[in-house]
Amino acid sequence: MVRVLAFFVGLGFAGVLLISLIAGLSQTIRSPTKPTAEEEFHKHPKHLRLASDGPLGKFDRQQLQRGFQVYKEVCAACHGLSLVAFRDLHALGYQEAEVKAIANQWAIEVPSVNPETGEPATRKAIPSDRFPNPYANEIAARAANNNALPPDLSLITKAREGGAAYTYSLLTGYQRQPARLVKEFPAARTPQGLHYNPYFANLNIAMPPPLTSAGQVTYGPGNPAPSVAQMSRDVSAFLVWAAEPKLENRHRSGIAVVIFLLFGTMLAYLAYQQIWAEAKRKVRPIGPLDPGNQAKSKRAKAKQGVAG
Amino acid sequence: MSFSWAKPYEPKSAAMRWLDERLPLPRLVHGAVGGGYPVPRNLNYWWNYGILAGLFLVIQIVTGIVLAMHYYSSADGAFNSVEHIMRNVNAGWLLRYAHMNGASFFFIVTYIHMFRGLFYGSYKAPRELVWMLGLVIYLLMMATAFMGYVLPWGQMGYWGAQVITGFFSAFPLVGEPVRVWLLGGYAPDQAALTRFFSLHYLLPFVIAAVVMLHIWALHIPGSGNPTGVDVKDEKDTLPFHPFYTAKDGFGAGVFLILFALMLYFAPNALSHPDNYIPANPLATPAHIVPEWYFWPFYAILRAFTIDFILPAKLWGVLAMFASILLLFFLPWLDKSPVRSGHYRPLFKRFFWILMIDILALGWAGGSPATPTVVAVSQIASAYYFAHFLIILPLISRFERPLPLPNSITESVLHGEQREAAPIGTGRKAGSTAA
Repeated sequence: MVRVLAFFVGLGFAGVLLISLIAGLSQTIRSPTKPTAEEEFHKHPKHLRLASDGPLGKFDRQQLQRGFQVYKEVCAACHGLSLVAFRDLHALGYQEAEVKAIANQWAIEVPSVNPETGEPATRKAIPSDRFPNPYANEIAARAANNNALPPDLSLITKAREGGAAYTYSLLTGYQRQPARLVKEFPAARTPQGLHYNPYFANLNIAMPPPLTSAGQVTYGPGNPAPSVAQMSRDVSAFLVWAAEPKLENRHRSGIAVVIFLLFGTMLAYLAYQQIWAEAKRKVRPIGPLDPGNQAKSKRAKAKQGVAG
Repeated sequence: MSFSWAKPYEPKSAAMRWLDERLPLPRLVHGAVGGGYPVPRNLNYWWNYGILAGLFLVIQIVTGIVLAMHYYSSADGAFNSVEHIMRNVNAGWLLRYAHMNGASFFFIVTYIHMFRGLFYGSYKAPRELVWMLGLVIYLLMMATAFMGYVLPWGQMGYWGAQVITGFFSAFPLVGEPVRVWLLGGYAPDQAALTRFFSLHYLLPFVIAAVVMLHIWALHIPGSGNPTGVDVKDEKDTLPFHPFYTAKDGFGAGVFLILFALMLYFAPNALSHPDNYIPANPLATPAHIVPEWYFWPFYAILRAFTIDFILPAKLWGVLAMFASILLLFFLPWLDKSPVRSGHYRPLFKRFFWILMIDILALGWAGGSPATPTVVAVSQIASAYYFAHFLIILPLISRFERPLPLPNSITESVLHGEQREAAPIGTGRKAGSTAA
């Protein structure tokens, strides 16, 4: 009974699926879906190599400081970093006093309350503050940016497919819209106020090119020349740190844990082999010289002696 | 519990004797996972995965309890509290990544455990209830994992909750009120988040309880084995401890290494980047996908594209539930008396087709729904239902199985003789000794 019922239920589901399949196929043949401009022109992120890549990766602190400088002087005007605190900057190699100075001189002040009147006010940031948001709220942010919302950058390299390579590609990917695109997809022409960037999901991004010329940020002596590509690489490296400040701890303890587990597993394997070797001997004795067998034959002989 | 030759518990010290006479807990452990549980001697590595699933359940419960000490289940604070754990709590990143990847590993080992059961006929008499309790555990795991994925209140988890609770609205009349009742509102919000957290904390303990029933039911007939032949006498078995505790120890080591590699060096590889964007009810992600372990079911859901008598959405939801519920009837769908796939030539071929089919479903469920992907998911879903509901009953009727070994011991004897020879002498020495 179960099988008869199952047969019909199976036939039902499989049948409806096959009808769906045929309907879908005929639909596709009759009016094949045309590729969209996004499918044709969207590009995968460029290759980017950072010191933090790979299982042994560590941050390049010089690069993180340069990246922070780019964030501070360029990105911070519109993008928040709300999950990172000024005190976290110690990890980039800044000293106590430097962190205090950075917090104190930060262009945006931290919201607070006037201790006398209770009115909303602002005050200078201190190291324990998180980076203050550049806009009071989403409406203010959209109003200032042609109705686009600049995303918070704290987790950006983890929240986008491709991570740091994506931010690097996006920053260096601004270009003129290809003539072929405009010809084939007239509707996909970049609208007024947007900018063509093939690394952005829908090809047209509201953010104007933030890094436009070499030397836009002045790096201190001993650092590489601040080309657009170099600044993009540096700020991407900084954002990897911002999204995952514990990355080095993770890599370091990972190596130790894997070595420990390899050793433990090797011991477990040897213990397993040792224990099972005994079990196998119990099934089939090794031979007449095995001590266990000698004892057995001795017992058997003794028994025979008694009987005979 | 199972065989007459099972060694009863003998306390080794006065303290244990004292305890055993008052509360026979050591006796229970001895009989369940100690020297008092005789296990077929020929189990292969596919029999390691039950214990491994138990191991990952423990990892999930332990990491989860500590995470719950730092997590706030508030719609405003949940996302930031997870980031607080990642950034400020001591070893918080480790706990959080272990919990996140532990869920994936729990599913990996559970799937292997289930496929082992499918191949070796572990669902057949007298182990039907073992199989069914296992399916109950699996359903509870799915519910727990789904709710856990919503807790960080990221975009993908939030919209996943929206889609999955939306299944209920496919049912006519009662559907929509049931959905609103389950969510505590018209869309996932504070009420949904709080109850998901509460249930996400509760269900693992329910799973642990059903695991005990699963093991209890297993220990009545005893473990199956790769030949599918019943245990005949003491020669066929070995005590669980030390033989299988040693083997499981090695298996656990191997899986912990894989787990550590994932957790320390690619912790986000199995999850979706969108879940690092805070939930936003006004912005729908470009394409919503569940976690990888639900992809085959998601493919089945999306495979129904036309309204044939019933609306397509209802077909999809019914088929998705049916795809799991049909497994409860497996012991009665496959009536072949031979358990192990090794002795069932026709079954074996279809088993491997099913494995490929499930991989295809997984691929289709994880990809954006282009016409090709939808077509693949339709063919693969049709085969999935046909396999269990039509092909399997027919195979068991017409197949001629290969001859079975007379006993477990006989099936392993040849190898034993060779392996029992002293190191370096090989077979030759063994044969002269004999």
